[in-house]
Amino acid sequence: MKHSLVVSAQTGQAKKIRVVVAKPGLDGHDRGAKIIARALRDAGMEVIYTGLHQTPEQIVETVLQEDADAVGLSILSGAHMTLVPRVVELLREQQAGDVLVCVGGTIPADDIPELKKLGVAEVFTPGAPTQQIIDFIRERLAGQPAGSTAGG
Amino acid sequence: MATEPRQLSAREEWARASSAAPERDVTFTTLSGEQVAPLYTEADLPEDPERSLGYPGAYPFTRGVYPSMYRGRLWTMRQFSGFGTAEETNERFRYLLEHGQTGLSTAFDMPSLMGLDSDHPRSEGEVGREGVALDTLEDMETLFAGIPLGDVSVSMTINAPAAIMLAFYVVAGERQGVPAERLSGTIQTDILKEYIAQKEWCFPIDPAMRLVGDMIEWCSEHMPRWHPISISGYHIREAGATAAQELAFTLKDGLAYVEQAVERGLDVDDFAPRLSFFFNAQIDFFEEIAKYRAARRIWARELRETFGARNQRSWLMRFHTQTAGVSLTAQQPLNNIVRTTVEALAGVLGGTQSLHTNSYDEALALPTTDAVRVALRTQQIIAHETGVTNTIDPLGGSYFIEAMTDRMEELAYDYFAKIDELGGMVEAVKRGFPQREIADAAFALQREIDAGRRIVVGVNQYVTDDEHPLPILHVDRALERKQVGRLQATRAARDGAAVQTALEALGRTAAEEQENLMPALLHAARAQATEGEIVETLQQVFGTYRESPVF
Repeated sequence: MKHSLVVSAQTGQAKKIRVVVAKPGLDGHDRGAKIIARALRDAGMEVIYTGLHQTPEQIVETVLQEDADAVGLSILSGAHMTLVPRVVELLREQQAGDVLVCVGGTIPADDIPELKKLGVAEVFTPGAPTQQIIDFIRERLAGQPAGSTAGG
Repeated sequence: MATEPRQLSAREEWARASSAAPERDVTFTTLSGEQVAPLYTEADLPEDPERSLGYPGAYPFTRGVYPSMYRGRLWTMRQFSGFGTAEETNERFRYLLEHGQTGLSTAFDMPSLMGLDSDHPRSEGEVGREGVALDTLEDMETLFAGIPLGDVSVSMTINAPAAIMLAFYVVAGERQGVPAERLSGTIQTDILKEYIAQKEWCFPIDPAMRLVGDMIEWCSEHMPRWHPISISGYHIREAGATAAQELAFTLKDGLAYVEQAVERGLDVDDFAPRLSFFFNAQIDFFEEIAKYRAARRIWARELRETFGARNQRSWLMRFHTQTAGVSLTAQQPLNNIVRTTVEALAGVLGGTQSLHTNSYDEALALPTTDAVRVALRTQQIIAHETGVTNTIDPLGGSYFIEAMTDRMEELAYDYFAKIDELGGMVEAVKRGFPQREIADAAFALQREIDAGRRIVVGVNQYVTDDEHPLPILHVDRALERKQVGRLQATRAARDGAAVQTALEALGRTAAEEQENLMPALLHAARAQATEGEIVETLQQVFGTYRESPVF
């Protein structure tokens, strides 16, 4: 588990995990998103950072274009219950429901079960070590063919 | 004849004893990574203390901006608040005033900060969540209903659309019968730090700088009691900057505004006395105090020596302080009361003019009323029980504090030199220089925390599993619908043709670079144009901004 690799669905070869780190909504707090982006990159993943103020549509478009295995949504504005469901829904509509969706930010404990029910793989709240996030993504993507359309 | 072995000096004795004694296996650095020596002595004091420290209220103001400081008047206890619609926030404002708060500070929601109306599709889910939703003049009037604007000083934390909010506020004052010259308070307006750190923008950098210039100019003529800008390090620090970066980038932003105003033909003494500052108070106690003291000294020197200001009041750096939101932990949140207390004390010992103390639950959500009360009480305990206000700059002359103050100053000037090489602050921001420096510092600190080299209590040590969930504030989603309803009612009731005329005039003024936009904005406010309509009108001329993200 030292390497950040997944098996490509197209070639059957091992390839680097591709992660989109995204900032949906209007808040400009990008400290966490940038730290995560850098930590994932240092861990050997291919990281695409969307930049700020993205709509769910823009994020999903990036995920598809980049053929990402995972997307991390960083939200500190309290708008997660509006923005996250939309991203998940759009991914499913685009036959990309198997993309691993993680959420990070100031998410009240009450909202976490609901987000997970929607299909969010994990929610990382303030204080989560970057290694925990790296390990989580590696473990969840290990052995799963990337780009498969089996999700739903 | 053999000479007697020389008697060791007391200092040498100590050095020998100290180096023989084992030290704990940690790095002795500040939160910002500055090395700290085991001991500071008289040798670390400035060569000419009279010159580098001076006296409170006298150049270079290292020891404070007023001759009597807190013996004359305590700092203003100013808690930042806002959520839901103007009605809910008005209620919170009145609550705070009843509980002894002495000034008001308005937090706006994200759509308002970005210049979007509450019914814009991109506003959905964000209306009234992180601050008050404010779309119209009517909202501004509701926000301050029953609060006499001639008597209370009001702070508004908004930047990209600051000129619009100022126009709303001035007209709201007029309607209360309070003319602009009697309004006192501050509007943040510091757009450079938005591009650097806070990242709420409406326009490209150059027209955004023009708006700042227009406000400074207009206020210097019409609002003698108003601070048209609060040059802010707070968000720079929250984004991960070190203390020295916060100091350097904030001061350099401030100097860029001064430069621009002077280039526009203003006399520095006509506006500099109304510039104010806003700093963070992080948890590294002495480093913070040194930062404030260095800030005052640098500002005074630059204004006097570089810009030739002759009015003493132009040299004064008056500042607001807020404890560090980023130092709060979601884990064991009551510990945050202790963190906030230490940070607040640093602000006070650093000579702040006003203070916001964060609430212990703010790593989880907007604060509850109970949490806000503890935060305000923290300030009152410092002010009235601890005795720290009895004497001015009680840490002045401390070997360590003076050495740190000098070091902060030196680090700031190192950054000034780098920024000047890049062609000044505006150019440096366009090139992403401060943005990259901050991202690097944030990452370095996170690595230290992740590796356990820096302990955060309750996060990477002293962790408990049996945490009881705190009651947190839930902003009712119905408030969003309520605000959209208010906005649409205003649109339906106003004279649409008058709005159209006012917006067209605004667009024409925007196209004339030499024109000041404030009169056209006031006109649009009186016609009841909404914030979003005004911003869109200006964007048609100015364009929008898109950051190329660096990480």
